[in-house]
Amino acid sequence: MRQLVLLLAVFAVIALAPFVIASEFSLNLVIMVLYAALLGQAWNILGGYGGQFSFGHAAYFGTGAYTVAVLQVQLGINPWIGLVAGGLLAIGVAAFIGLATFRYGLRGSYFALVTLAFAEVLRILSNSVDFTGAGVGILIPLAPGVANLQFETKTGYFFLVWTFTLAAFLAVWWIGHSRFGASLAAVRDNEEAARALGVNAFRVKMGAIMLSGLFSGLAGVFYAQYFLYLDPYIAYGPAISVESLLVPIIGGMGTLFGPLLGAAALHAVSELTREIIGEVPGISLVLYGALLVVMVMFLPRGLAGLGERLFARRRPKAGETGHA
Amino acid sequence: MPDLAIIIPSVLNGLTTGALYALIALGLTLIYGVLHIINFAHGALLMVGLYAVWFLNTRLGIDPYLALLIVPPAMFALGYGLQRGIIGRSSHGRDENILLVTLGLSIVIENLALFVFRSDTRIIDTPYSFETVEFLGAFLPLPKVIAFFGAVVTAAALWLLMARTDLGRAIRALAKERKGAQLVGIDADHVFAMSFGLGIACLGVAACLLLPSYYVTPQVGHGFVLIAFTIVVLGGMGSFVGAFLGGLIIGVVEALGGLFLGESLGQIGIFIIFILVLMFRPQGLLGHKV
Amino acid sequence: MLEVKGICKAFGGVQASRNVSLTVPEGRITSLIGPNGSGKTTLFAQITGFQTPDSGQVSFEGKDITGEAPETIARLGMVRTFQIVQPFAGQTVRENIAVGAHLHRASRRDALAHAEAVASRVGLGDRLDLDAASLTVAGRKRLEVARALATDPKLILFDEVLAGLNPSEIRDVIPVIRDICDSGITIFMIEHVMQAVMSLSEYTWVLNQGEVIAEGEPASVVKDERVIEAYLGKGMAQRIAQRQVVHA
Repeated sequence: MRQLVLLLAVFAVIALAPFVIASEFSLNLVIMVLYAALLGQAWNILGGYGGQFSFGHAAYFGTGAYTVAVLQVQLGINPWIGLVAGGLLAIGVAAFIGLATFRYGLRGSYFALVTLAFAEVLRILSNSVDFTGAGVGILIPLAPGVANLQFETKTGYFFLVWTFTLAAFLAVWWIGHSRFGASLAAVRDNEEAARALGVNAFRVKMGAIMLSGLFSGLAGVFYAQYFLYLDPYIAYGPAISVESLLVPIIGGMGTLFGPLLGAAALHAVSELTREIIGEVPGISLVLYGALLVVMVMFLPRGLAGLGERLFARRRPKAGETGHA
Repeated sequence: MPDLAIIIPSVLNGLTTGALYALIALGLTLIYGVLHIINFAHGALLMVGLYAVWFLNTRLGIDPYLALLIVPPAMFALGYGLQRGIIGRSSHGRDENILLVTLGLSIVIENLALFVFRSDTRIIDTPYSFETVEFLGAFLPLPKVIAFFGAVVTAAALWLLMARTDLGRAIRALAKERKGAQLVGIDADHVFAMSFGLGIACLGVAACLLLPSYYVTPQVGHGFVLIAFTIVVLGGMGSFVGAFLGGLIIGVVEALGGLFLGESLGQIGIFIIFILVLMFRPQGLLGHKV
Repeated sequence: MLEVKGICKAFGGVQASRNVSLTVPEGRITSLIGPNGSGKTTLFAQITGFQTPDSGQVSFEGKDITGEAPETIARLGMVRTFQIVQPFAGQTVRENIAVGAHLHRASRRDALAHAEAVASRVGLGDRLDLDAASLTVAGRKRLEVARALATDPKLILFDEVLAGLNPSEIRDVIPVIRDICDSGITIFMIEHVMQAVMSLSEYTWVLNQGEVIAEGEPASVVKDERVIEAYLGKGMAQRIAQRQVVHA
């Protein structure tokens, strides 16, 4: 309960941002942090709580984004319906990938590589068919208005992403306090032992990948409506998959607040480098990559783990590593 | 249905490309077979090799085939250092951590390259770049033919090294029985790093053979990463012969896929093979079920 | 309660189970013994769904469960523990046990409360908040027992739950096992510690090279010539018999 109160308090404070931040630039930064936290929390459900490291979360993100864009542009369907359809289709893609991997017992590195391959297949497909605009990409016409899921000001977009992100964080809070979450963590830590205790590992992993896919898909819907442009590389390219995993790894996998910490830390780092070094292509990605290496080497439990180590009561003799 | 006059050159082209794929995959499978880790930075390290060859050629005028004496040893040293300094220290008991660290390394390497070289496509000019060889009625670029035989010779040399030398024996012992090998006095950290270095040296050889008929950009490695994984999986993780055959198969599949489905959609075949093999025959085509 | 009929299983050329049949009666403690590599754990794995027998049938409470998934079998009321303990490292003792408790309890609160009750029953009541990875071997063995017990099973299969414990720890755990049986849960155990087999189990099967070579009350089974030979090698039974004659 204390955690839930803290969570709601944090999001209530964040909700004040549009009213206290005057500059568009800064509000955009808050929006991007929330968006990164949403992507990261989606990955965290499957990777952090379920122990299944996906390298292809772009598959769900891109599906959400393309669904809302294609429905609007090609069929003139309202983006609010597109939002629902995008979420559902992302769940569908996740279910398909889950079936293809978990049914055949793919785990660890194999699971990671196969998810990457699925995202690549979708990228090539979206690059080859006409209704996605192929390599040229797809442009959503500007038509501000709540009915069109487009907003005149950043405040509207802020509350769109705030809502999605809060929903993802509430879902993860629930995971931490439910039978589903207990089963998921058991499967992560020892699948065989979990099955011996009656946990249906396949079903639990399917639940996790679908929930994870849903929130990635919603992030994609938000992206499409915010930037109004998509191409195969943006939607299904490796950058989104990498950002999805980087955020919780930096913040702390398998923790509720990890993705928020990670998202804030990532954007802080890239803003700082911009301030210090200036606009240099690729430089913030160099730092991202270096951060990934350093975190895995020295802080496998992320910033949340570090905080726990520094401030909280220590579990006696608890191993510091191995249960990232 | 295109006739044989188109298919045969396509297949031959695929075989020459496939031999290079095989060489790249050989490095990956060596690393997997011994260290049981998947090196996600393989493509990025190939790119480093390609830039090295390009630099030696354009700045110092060194022929890419002469660079075979310089680049592979340098890549070996780089691989050795990476394994000892970073990769070997980061698993914390989970394979996926290695995947993450090598992913991180590849991001760093690629973006540093982007910073240094910009995203321009670089090629080298050699007197033989446009020479061709006629075979079975097909005209094949001379550099690709040389690459084919170079890859075969390198694979054979690697096989001999594994089979006949003390280092090879130590590597095989360590791959098979980690604890036992350590008990009889094999310095595991050293031999692991040697194996990793050898795997990366293969990339150095591939880079020298590849550049005369190819190009280099900071992202050039991307295309090779999943292809190399596919070959390794297809051939059976850790199997040399499997990797070589797998490379040839994938080269041909890619060439024919491009011929029948078009450049863009043609690549899809490789990924679908990858997914299907992992689903239905994870031990590879030649491997035995465990 | 549990009936195994003519189970055969081979791995490559190795016959791990040869036509094994046995019937575990309800409400008792029975056991399975045999030398290393005789196929005991493989038999457990086939009974609990982790492996599928090549032929033969497993039925539980009259229901054919051959080839069912482990989670399905656990839900029916038969759970196993592992010889090599498998704690959920990084989770607390309470959380570990709650995974079992959740099998028939959807609510988190109920599962955690049940976990606490079970923990004190096996003597882990004072270690609820410890990381499972930090427990001693004896503690981990108790945790294996607790997790299985928390699923409210009808039958528990213990795979060498006493192996690796010192004599005083064994003395501590034996009453826990007996108490579980007294509460109405049937126990079928693989055990190497003969002291425990003799004092706990009423009936035992002896497995050698995948085959049941003897069965009966433990006290009589251990005198069986084939059993002695299986454990100690050919000719040993006779030598022991001769020595007893000489000493007599």
